[in-house]
Amino acid sequence: MIDADRPILETRSLAKRFSIGTRFSAEGRRTVHAVDNVSLTVRRGETVGLVGESGCGKSTLARCLVRLYDITDGKLLFEGDDITSKSLSELRPLRRRLQMVFQDPSASLNPRRRVGDLVAEPLRIHGKLSAKGITARVAELFELVGLLPDHVMRYPHEFSGGQRQRVGIARAIALNPDLVVLDEPVSALDVSVQAQIVNLLADLQEKLKLTYIFIAHDLSVVRQVSTRIAVMYLGSIVEEGPAEEVFATPAHPYSQALISAVPVVETTPSGTRKRIILTGDVPSPLKPPSGCRFHPRCPIAVERCRSERPELQEHHPGRKVACHFPTLT
Amino acid sequence: MILSVRDLRVSFRTHDGPVRAIDGVSFDLGESEILGVVGESGSGKTVSLLAVMGLITDPNATIEGSIRYKGRELVGLPPRELRRLRGNEIAMIFQDPMTALTPVYMIGWQIAEQIRAHRGVSKSKAMERVEQLLAEVNFPNPHEAMSRYPHQLSGGMRQRAVIAMALSCDPALLVADEPTTALDVTVQAGILDLVRKLRAKHKSAVVFITHDMGVVSELADRVMVMYAGRVVERGTRTELFSDPRHPYTRALLGSIPPLTGQKPRRLPAIPGSPPSLLRLPQGCAFGPRCPVHYEPCEASKPGLGSGAHAAACFRVAQA
Repeated sequence: MIDADRPILETRSLAKRFSIGTRFSAEGRRTVHAVDNVSLTVRRGETVGLVGESGCGKSTLARCLVRLYDITDGKLLFEGDDITSKSLSELRPLRRRLQMVFQDPSASLNPRRRVGDLVAEPLRIHGKLSAKGITARVAELFELVGLLPDHVMRYPHEFSGGQRQRVGIARAIALNPDLVVLDEPVSALDVSVQAQIVNLLADLQEKLKLTYIFIAHDLSVVRQVSTRIAVMYLGSIVEEGPAEEVFATPAHPYSQALISAVPVVETTPSGTRKRIILTGDVPSPLKPPSGCRFHPRCPIAVERCRSERPELQEHHPGRKVACHFPTLT
Repeated sequence: MILSVRDLRVSFRTHDGPVRAIDGVSFDLGESEILGVVGESGSGKTVSLLAVMGLITDPNATIEGSIRYKGRELVGLPPRELRRLRGNEIAMIFQDPMTALTPVYMIGWQIAEQIRAHRGVSKSKAMERVEQLLAEVNFPNPHEAMSRYPHQLSGGMRQRAVIAMALSCDPALLVADEPTTALDVTVQAGILDLVRKLRAKHKSAVVFITHDMGVVSELADRVMVMYAGRVVERGTRTELFSDPRHPYTRALLGSIPPLTGQKPRRLPAIPGSPPSLLRLPQGCAFGPRCPVHYEPCEASKPGLGSGAHAAACFRVAQA
């Protein structure tokens, strides 16, 4: 392909702010800086993993990327085309190509409709298929995600969590999308079932040439599925790079703490891994700290970090860090 | 021995017939020992601990077997007697701290209430103790935190407050049910660290329930793996993780993606999903998903045996 390197999705200084309260509430009207100055490029066929603690804005960013939220500031480009402020009707043809899978399949599937019907719904809305064509396509999709043909007549509650998530995935890929945003797709599943879904997602990506944006709080799962990782803290990306590299040699002190905190199965009696325990909690995005937003919890913060906010800079090709004192190897 | 559970069976009467949530669970717990209980949802890990706490009040439930706390039988103990133990000598931490805290009282008051109920000390004495406790669980400003309401605290802080509450009467036995599942890994690391320190200081025995093999391997002295209401493997942490014997334990450990080194192209997944307790197979409950299952597994359920490191599997028994 000639435009294999052309980004499929790109954000430029994207920001999402929510305003909460009214002028009558105790603190007055306030602004939550949920996503702040995010510039992210997603190339065709890759999987970008978004990681960070809860409240870091990864889900908000994901919803901005598929325009489920309106974007406050910055630009969002889909195949080079500016879709930041396209109207809903202008967006409709794009929706087919941008799909989303949610965390809790039992919350995202209508309990009163048969799953075959649920998977057929996007086909009816967007497709030009005949009724027969839709039935055939649903059967094909069911096979693709590893469900049995006679499952189409069942209701969501008749399935296990893993199977329900398969239905959610079938729905998302029904229209042959280019990009699928997966927001915590395995977090609600039993441990023994997670690996099945992770494998399914990898197979589908290969078969259908999908591009993924993958959000999960389980870092080992993110590492497994992602080609690239973006670590978020308080609404901004603090580190970005190839998945294995970021995990092996995290450069930002926050990434280091995050990765070191993951409990791993060790057979040796005492832990050999050095653990960095962060003090304090994620500050409120209502009043983000001055300078580097990580400085109140950072073990290596100095005066400069309190006043000057580090930019996300490219240190090696493809490896970006927003820190005045990154650990570079 | 702090806790000794023998052949515990819990079943519930439901619309669709009887459900045996726990089917013959036995374990012992010594002073200042941490027992990790691993299992998926529906494996019975929570129900077995609720039974220990005497918190199964459902009239449709039948509890059989023996639960001895410091030699004293808890099954069939009158609620009054149980209440004297709970929150005092036996404390519990739940997954969601919001369900353990009332939203309408300040943190300090809630913790003090427990101390006053069990120790009969004055309000000011109790409040002093609360401040100490909050400092112990690493609240940066304990005095101020006492006058906070639960909604004003972050998830990690709330869980710390619940831990402070659980520790308020120096329990000999602490039962923690997925206390870190709802928390971020960074916060989880802090809480696990805290549990380790508190065990060392208070000599409490801890039962720690989780579905995360990583957490167990970091914290537990001994581990018990549960599947469909039965213990499928038990052993010390080192035994279990360096020499897992039960096919389920092996498969579960194998399906965790590695955090370092080469990424496998595909994860070795376990086929199928955990069985419904309503329709358990006649033989081994893991049989239908087991890679090494053979005829004997169909006929009857394998027993755990009596060894310190034991697995409930015919293949293991045969080997």
